Amino acid sequence: MAKTIKFTLDGRPLEAREGETVLEAAERAGARIPHYCWHRVLGNPGNCRMCIVEVEGTPKPQVACRLPAREGLVARSASAAARRAQASALELHLVDHPLDCPVCDQSGECGLQDYYMDIGRYPSAMREDKAHAAKRVPIGPHIMLDQERCILCTRCTRFVSQVSKSHELGIFGRGHSEAVGLVPGRSLDNPYSGNLADVCPVGALTDRDFRFQVRVWYLDETASICPGCSRGCAIFAHTSTQRPWHNQGRRLARLKPRYNPEVNGAWICDEGRYGFAEFDSDRLGRVMRLQGTAAERRWDSVSDEIAVAWHQVVRNKRPDGLAVVASGSLSNEDWKAFKSLFVDALKLKRFLFTPEPDQVGTEDELLRRRDKVPNLAGGMALGFGAQIESMTWDALAGEIEAGKVWGLYVVDRDPLKVWGEKGRELLERLDFLVYQGPRKGLTGDLAHFRLPATAWLEEDGHFTDFQGRIQGYRRALAPLGAAKPDWAIFAGLEAAWQGGGGL
Amino acid sequence: MTKLLTAHFDEPKLHELETYRRLGGYEGLKKASQMGREALMAEMSKSNLRGLGGAGFGAAMKWSTVPAEAKNPGPRYVVVNCDESEPGCFKDRVLVTRSPHQLIEGLLIAAYAIDARRTFIFIRGEYEVQHKILQKALDEARTAGLLGECAIDLMRGAGAYISGLDTSLLETMEGKKAWPRQPPPFPTVSGLLGRPTVVNNVETLSMIPHIVMRGGEWFAKLGTAKSGGTVLFSVSGHVEKPGVYEFPMGTPLKDILAAAGGVKDGKRLKAVIPGGVSTPVMTADELDTPMDFEGPRAKGTFLGAGGVIVLDETADMVSVAHNIERFLAHESCGQCTPCRQGSFWHERILERGLSGGGTADDLATLERAGENITGKVICALGDTVGVVTRALMKKFPEDFKARFPERRG
Ligand code: SF4
Ligand code: SF4
Ligand code: SF4
Ligand code: FES
Repeated sequence: MAKTIKFTLDGRPLEAREGETVLEAAERAGARIPHYCWHRVLGNPGNCRMCIVEVEGTPKPQVACRLPAREGLVARSASAAARRAQASALELHLVDHPLDCPVCDQSGECGLQDYYMDIGRYPSAMREDKAHAAKRVPIGPHIMLDQERCILCTRCTRFVSQVSKSHELGIFGRGHSEAVGLVPGRSLDNPYSGNLADVCPVGALTDRDFRFQVRVWYLDETASICPGCSRGCAIFAHTSTQRPWHNQGRRLARLKPRYNPEVNGAWICDEGRYGFAEFDSDRLGRVMRLQGTAAERRWDSVSDEIAVAWHQVVRNKRPDGLAVVASGSLSNEDWKAFKSLFVDALKLKRFLFTPEPDQVGTEDELLRRRDKVPNLAGGMALGFGAQIESMTWDALAGEIEAGKVWGLYVVDRDPLKVWGEKGRELLERLDFLVYQGPRKGLTGDLAHFRLPATAWLEEDGHFTDFQGRIQGYRRALAPLGAAKPDWAIFAGLEAAWQGGGGL
Repeated sequence: MTKLLTAHFDEPKLHELETYRRLGGYEGLKKASQMGREALMAEMSKSNLRGLGGAGFGAAMKWSTVPAEAKNPGPRYVVVNCDESEPGCFKDRVLVTRSPHQLIEGLLIAAYAIDARRTFIFIRGEYEVQHKILQKALDEARTAGLLGECAIDLMRGAGAYISGLDTSLLETMEGKKAWPRQPPPFPTVSGLLGRPTVVNNVETLSMIPHIVMRGGEWFAKLGTAKSGGTVLFSVSGHVEKPGVYEFPMGTPLKDILAAAGGVKDGKRLKAVIPGGVSTPVMTADELDTPMDFEGPRAKGTFLGAGGVIVLDETADMVSVAHNIERFLAHESCGQCTPCRQGSFWHERILERGLSGGGTADDLATLERAGENITGKVICALGDTVGVVTRALMKKFPEDFKARFPERRG
């Protein structure tokens, strides 16, 4: 067990781990000391001078981010003198600050605004013309730089040197003409560049996607897990429903990393962050029967119709001619109901879990995994890997062609997209095709039955990451129309099947 | 009056090895290696030699904090800080121009003391002539076999004042932006490339051969109780004979002024900046101050690097403040916000005062902002931003009231 160090901050007894600074220990305990340059992953250069505390027995005030916690240390961050020093550091940060909060995306979550209200509230003594610098510099595909708003905390340059190790940014010049900028000939286009908008404590680096879309105080925040790959990065989903006319009507405004030292630290990759911008497009909300009498259905009647169809074709044809195509985006809850329905009740044999070709992507040492679905591991954990071999896309196509497969149940996958034009012919040969998913895709229109499922932000659930860690995510948005979670759809079908589908 | 560093400055060819040796040069190096490290360190501690680059840290004390080879195996370095850029200071330039071998000898003794095989002389980029002189002296010493196993490399600065501060000098040498480091660890523990490094000023190192030759006690006695030996003053401003003057530590300020021929054109003395622009001003009433590391401190200022700037009755202290703050704003490394923004803010307020737009409110702002910068930044440059103007305001309130009047009506 590492030694714990007992010290006092503002009269409150706190414990630090060996080697921790006063600021780190305070943050861990939820005691706030103002800070800009310190970042729990990026270190403590000690340049913003915001975290000044008084220490008993030491004449000079100290910066808490570089003050090692020692046994018996008594520090004050809220004393009049400490507050004065912090407020003064803030005042100096704001001397040349443009204060364009009304048009600044950071407004509402800005370190300058927050501390001004917490510890500032001084009348401005600045009578000089403010220094000006470059504004609106698109420094990469995702990030906009405003040099006037920059407080030179060096978080961004530390990120590109320590985390992405891509070194695109530097601080150029000296003294008050110093500015953050691109290294000549470079663009801020590393696969983690979106994080710079998060590490920047002010509005100097903002997200180009999010620019002018919605005010942050109209957003709701929900803890979630990124479904972009099998890493399972902890995120916050920021959703905009209070003012539906903002953010161009899109409910999902942005995704932000949620600190989890065991999985993703403080970061997420750009693919995950920007991959869900079109969360609400192409969505399904109605339960449909598209073949024969095409019409909208109620859930209970559609379940019965499908169960009847199953009973009929199973009576006429080989049951193992029914194949299931499912995606690794299902939650553990979904997988359980899935297994209960297709494996235990229907006793099916043909499954395809192989990702679509474009779901296999780049992998790197930081976060990104090759496997661009979040939860194949959750399905495998239920035994599919051992008991049932997943087919390949080509093999399935071959079996449909050979007439061995007469029916297909597709869960959130797009065979037509994978197979191209040949796919249409294949799918049209089938006697029975169910499509279930949050989005229609290309396949949705060819299905005999089309069932709307919720997307991950619209349900509670769990994913199992590639390391076997099970993580929960919360519902952030209401389901669209009649959409139901996949597990509920499977459960309804299973009940209908067991009941004989009303036969 | 005893002179050490400048004793032979009358010799026209002192910068040449032959002359330097004829006058007893490099005997100290020989003697030091005969004495052995321990005896050398003992003489150094007795000498009360203080760091003459401005900080005044005990030289022997600094050396003794280098961890023993057994505790931290690997290379250790000595770096000569010849990045003299403090306005008002030019004694290192004179020392290197006139007596480069004195510095090289001191450096070699220091390297021997801490067992460094590699040393560097970091010279201000603008000192082109001095760079050539040093280069030539080094070649001479090398050819004469005086360097032994010790390598001396010359490195040139690129024009940043802040590189003269030991930790930013090390950053510069490593090819990085000249942003001061925040000790701990101190350079003697983790300096150049993370290795134990002694950074000493030119003048400090130049003293060492004399300590070795004459003994630490003799050296200490030249000066005062805590500041041993002599010290060079660069005297400039409104004096008849500006130049570099060597005096024993503790010499009253008025003697130094007298040596420089007194105030120019018979004008009345108004103020003296004792140790380069980053030291707080003294008034004409404070000329009795003994100039060692302790004397000016009792008057709220510092010996600094001995850059005595003399100001006569025509000086407008607002203009003086503006001049200094403009310099600091230009030279702030920009790392800490209070220094970067505070210096520039000072410059602008003072500028407005000079151009007729000042009010008494500005004085309150300068007072408050200055107080909140000092002691709350990484290095001494930032401390200076708050200190110099406030000292000028305190000691010459009339000048400031004239430029920053109470608002009328
Ligand atoms: S960064 Fe943006 S929100 Fe923050 S104070 Fe500046 S202009 Fe306002
Ligand atoms: S751009 Fe942002 S993160 Fe980078 S130094 Fe400026 S304020 Fe800090
Ligand atoms: S006090 Fe000024 S010069 Fe020193 S480190 Fe801070 S910004 Fe740089
Ligand atoms: S957080 Fe401590 S100085 Fe910036």
